[in-house]
Amino acid sequence: MTPISDSDDWQPTASIETLRERARLMAGIRFFFAVRDVLEVETPILGHGGSTDPHLDSLSLDATTSNGRERLWLQTSPEFHMKRLLAAGSGAIFQLARSFRDGEIGRRHNLEFTMLEWYRPGFSLIDLIDECELLIREVLPVDPGPLRQRRYRDLFRETLDIDPFITSLEILRQRAEEIGRLSMGDTDRDGCLDLLMSLAIEPQLGRNGIDVVVDYPASQAALARKHRDPEDGAGVASRFEIYLQGLELANGYDELTDAAEQAARFLNDNLQRESLGKPTVDIDRRLIAALEHGMPAGSGVALGVDRLIQLALGKDSIAEVMAFPSPRC
Amino acid sequence: MANYSTNEFKGGLKVMLDGDPCNILENEFVKPGKGQAFSRVKLRNLNTGRVWERTFKSGESLEGADVMDLDMEYVYSDGDMWHFMKTDGTFEQYAVDKKAIGDVEKWLKEQAVYTVTLWNDNAIAVSPPNFLELEVVETDPGLKGDTAQGGSKPAKLSSGAVVRVPLFINQGEILKIDTRSGEYVSRA
Repeated sequence: MTPISDSDDWQPTASIETLRERARLMAGIRFFFAVRDVLEVETPILGHGGSTDPHLDSLSLDATTSNGRERLWLQTSPEFHMKRLLAAGSGAIFQLARSFRDGEIGRRHNLEFTMLEWYRPGFSLIDLIDECELLIREVLPVDPGPLRQRRYRDLFRETLDIDPFITSLEILRQRAEEIGRLSMGDTDRDGCLDLLMSLAIEPQLGRNGIDVVVDYPASQAALARKHRDPEDGAGVASRFEIYLQGLELANGYDELTDAAEQAARFLNDNLQRESLGKPTVDIDRRLIAALEHGMPAGSGVALGVDRLIQLALGKDSIAEVMAFPSPRC
Repeated sequence: MANYSTNEFKGGLKVMLDGDPCNILENEFVKPGKGQAFSRVKLRNLNTGRVWERTFKSGESLEGADVMDLDMEYVYSDGDMWHFMKTDGTFEQYAVDKKAIGDVEKWLKEQAVYTVTLWNDNAIAVSPPNFLELEVVETDPGLKGDTAQGGSKPAKLSSGAVVRVPLFINQGEILKIDTRSGEYVSRA
């Protein structure tokens, strides 16, 4: 009989020993939250609404439900469902949630991955940064070095000698074209900043410790509140990202609780998606309803667990800490 | 030729860039936390051999390049061109110019099999087999008994290459050479 496949791509890309280590680290993460009295929750992977973020591509599928045939969205993070629990009075919660992002495959990306997401009602961004630091230090076997807060604006000033809030779009495009060796065409400010961040700044972050980037441009607020930069009143997002060894590990928000503002951002996202030639995504109306009901103010963060495990075990690629990454699923 | 989108870029894919055929060496997906995604790509320009680093916006595409690597036997040189023959029994010959032969000129040996890269049916590059057996045509006399000690001397080979060989090697000997590093491996 001819074998159906003679290749060895049925094999896991992580060794069994690594999977054992992974399980041990996951247990450690659960313990970290248990002792802090943060409740573990499980929310659906599928939702009637999806992420409208213009730069996240959701997967969707058609399912037969009590409503007949309808389209459901695979969640890019458990955020919407978890916020509904917060509005329902859950208090502090965490989840280790399988999340899906179409097209994201690479050395540090996989189509589906494990997100550690947690919410802390009453916490400021600073409180949450402190808690992230404790968790990271607990999971990593060696001291990652001191934590430094870096302002988005200062990083661009120091590394590229440009002010991301003030420099003209023309100059931003020029610098992006120089550094990326590509034509930026009619790319907007955020597109240029994203390229400069990815190519010129990110690789240097977290080389001498834990770098926490704060005060992103207001246009990159996503689901975070905004505040004014004391320097000149420019709008900035109350958001942070944690970098270690050039890897983006976590993304935290002082959570937006204003339902009308949230609805407006969703609509605006979909308009942006249309202008980028991307399909629009169904808005999660139940999240808006939950915010209207009232969600306690606080901070939340999403941390890429596979990457944290990669760092803890000194593995070069995300595939080495996953049993079957997408190319082998 | 088909078009390939950034998510199809992988090592070995041949694409056209700035009018030149290129071989993709590496493709790294990069994306800042919440922003736009890019592909950071390393490509070898097959016409010049130079490696380019370029960035593409996610979803951009490049035209595929009609590039093929074929096994061919080296036959002879007429002084201007180097002639290779397909090993598939067709005896079809391709002439390779000085630019395409490049550094490989010093590793040519009649009847040895090379990989010839064709673009739109023209030879644009040649790579030698990893190991070649070549005769020493010029070197200082061998030191008798010195088979274990270190130390080396230059030797000119029949193909024209000059490599470092152990002191005990004599003119007329056939040596196995690693063409990638240009290093002596053993007596053949």
